[in-house]
Amino acid sequence: MSETYMIAFDGSAPSHNALKFGAKIASASGGRLVLAHVLEWSPYSFLTAEELEQRHKRREEEKGRAEQVILKPVKDRLTGDGLEVETVVRYGHAAEVICDLAREMKATQLIVGRTGSSAIQARLFGSVSASLAQMSPVPCTIVP
Amino acid sequence: MKHALAAAAALLALTRPAQASLAETVDSIFAASTGWFVGLIFADLPGTNIPWIVGWLVIGAVVFSLYFGFIQFRAFGHALALVRGKYSDPRDAGEVSHFQALATALSGTVGLGNIAGVAVAVAIGGAGAVFWMILAGILGMATKFTECTLGVKYRNEYPDGTVSGGPMYYLEKGFAERGLPLGKLMAILFSIFCVLGALGGGNMFQANQAASQVQSVLGISTWITGLVLSIIVFVVIVGGIKSIARVTEKVVPFMGVGYVLVGMMILFVNSDMILWAFGEIFRGAFTDTGIVGGIVGAIIQGFRRAAFSNEAGIGSAAIAHSAVRTKEPITEGFVALLEPFIDTVIVCTMTALVIIITQQLLIDADTGLYILDDAGRIATAAGTASGVPLTSAAFGSAFSWAPYALSVAVFLFAFSTMITWSYYGMKGWTYMFGEGRNKELVFKVGFCVFVFIGAVSSLDSVLDFSDAALFAMGVVNVIGLYLLMPIVKRELKSYLERLQSGEIKAYK
Repeated sequence: MSETYMIAFDGSAPSHNALKFGAKIASASGGRLVLAHVLEWSPYSFLTAEELEQRHKRREEEKGRAEQVILKPVKDRLTGDGLEVETVVRYGHAAEVICDLAREMKATQLIVGRTGSSAIQARLFGSVSASLAQMSPVPCTIVP
Repeated sequence: MKHALAAAAALLALTRPAQASLAETVDSIFAASTGWFVGLIFADLPGTNIPWIVGWLVIGAVVFSLYFGFIQFRAFGHALALVRGKYSDPRDAGEVSHFQALATALSGTVGLGNIAGVAVAVAIGGAGAVFWMILAGILGMATKFTECTLGVKYRNEYPDGTVSGGPMYYLEKGFAERGLPLGKLMAILFSIFCVLGALGGGNMFQANQAASQVQSVLGISTWITGLVLSIIVFVVIVGGIKSIARVTEKVVPFMGVGYVLVGMMILFVNSDMILWAFGEIFRGAFTDTGIVGGIVGAIIQGFRRAAFSNEAGIGSAAIAHSAVRTKEPITEGFVALLEPFIDTVIVCTMTALVIIITQQLLIDADTGLYILDDAGRIATAAGTASGVPLTSAAFGSAFSWAPYALSVAVFLFAFSTMITWSYYGMKGWTYMFGEGRNKELVFKVGFCVFVFIGAVSSLDSVLDFSDAALFAMGVVNVIGLYLLMPIVKRELKSYLERLQSGEIKAYK
């Protein structure tokens, strides 16, 4: 069975590091890459009536932007390099959604970059990479 | 516009000594121009002293409760599960959740009706009114269920992804689907009343109570509060400064929870009186406690306040709930039935219990009857007017800081209710006149003017008009609900069958 590497990708510098590492091992093993992009979202936030009305429209816009601006250029480049790449955009709590996606898309490994925030920052605001290290259902590589 | 406001402020500042007469003038013009409408809506049933409209919504609620087999009890647990997101597809995250639709609809109903309206009800109807209010609240859950299911089912979805829903859409499309005539006419009637209701209960009543609370606690004239409120509302709905609205939307739910918690603290401090308070509620509900109109008076006040506060049957909530993303319209109906429960059975009852338990209503020790003042209202311990000042006095008798906190709460509740209702009114307006920047501007500017008028008018004429406009919405809406309820029943049957067979599964 071929390997599926899921990379948490938000277009930031650390996520590019993770991508570079993922691309390397994928081309070595002939595995598939899945780029997962999560838009932060809580179903328990409060919206005004006008925002409710426009929510679906905004969501389509946000998803479109993520797919076109953040994921598409990277995907095109990697596909050009001869890799098999899939992209997925979801809403929710980043770490939880990535774990769900890893199960759903049968990933064999998770690859995330870390922001390099200090211990205090991470403790106060939480860190996606640290949460994934704790929660990931499959082996998880954290790329510095 | 800026100049006009500045000029108005300068003018008002000049006439400040004559401010009482200004308020009186506005009030008398207001009362004279709306009196006929109020008279029509609150006309008594022939040969009785019961306004026909009070029975209308309650009979509707009873019919829906029976027709759907007391859905408010059967689906209560399922409704909670839906709100917690147990049945939401994670793939749909980022769309409007059940919780969000419920919270926004609640921000339109949890407002001054819960604080001021309840105080008015107990000041006229005594403790017994509370019993009837809770009963009407529980029955109203079935009405909400019906209207919000229809709201989602018949909403308009536009190609750009926005949605528009509410009674005007289900009246038009639902009637057409069932081959009934006059759907369009009903929809337009509803829209007219919706605009009036938005200006009345959703606006002037709120501004009025906020201004009078600020005046009684902080001593600031009502016209100043009115002017400030109307400018803030103007900035948000015309200027599009969403950040203010967003902050309010975030603060208001916490205020709501805080209000109930402070109320519970007062009940806890007076825990030895709780049984007595419930005794008073039952005594007043079934025996004559000396109020004007006797038991019937208590029933009318209770029913009237419940309907005005949770808006079941009015059709307003169906507008807010329509935005939710769901494949099953009926799920939004289930969620919506929690609304009257939270609004009336929890929040309104809290206000009433605090007023009763702190013994604000004076009772003649010898006869056990309430002592009435000249106007036929129950005399209060603090000698205050009914409405927010009575609630304020009740909270203040337990915690001296409470009236100040209540002023802030009243101001914010009023503001968030106005913002939500400006949207409801706008939907009625654009249904009739079509969408367009200038058409919308006319409504929005008018809305802000009414904020000021509401703040400086006296309570009674404003209260009467806002009740009348809201109930007029209910007349049209409930007729529509009667004719469309078989559609809801079909949806309900199909959904429950699929839920039982396991076809509809929880995701978490």
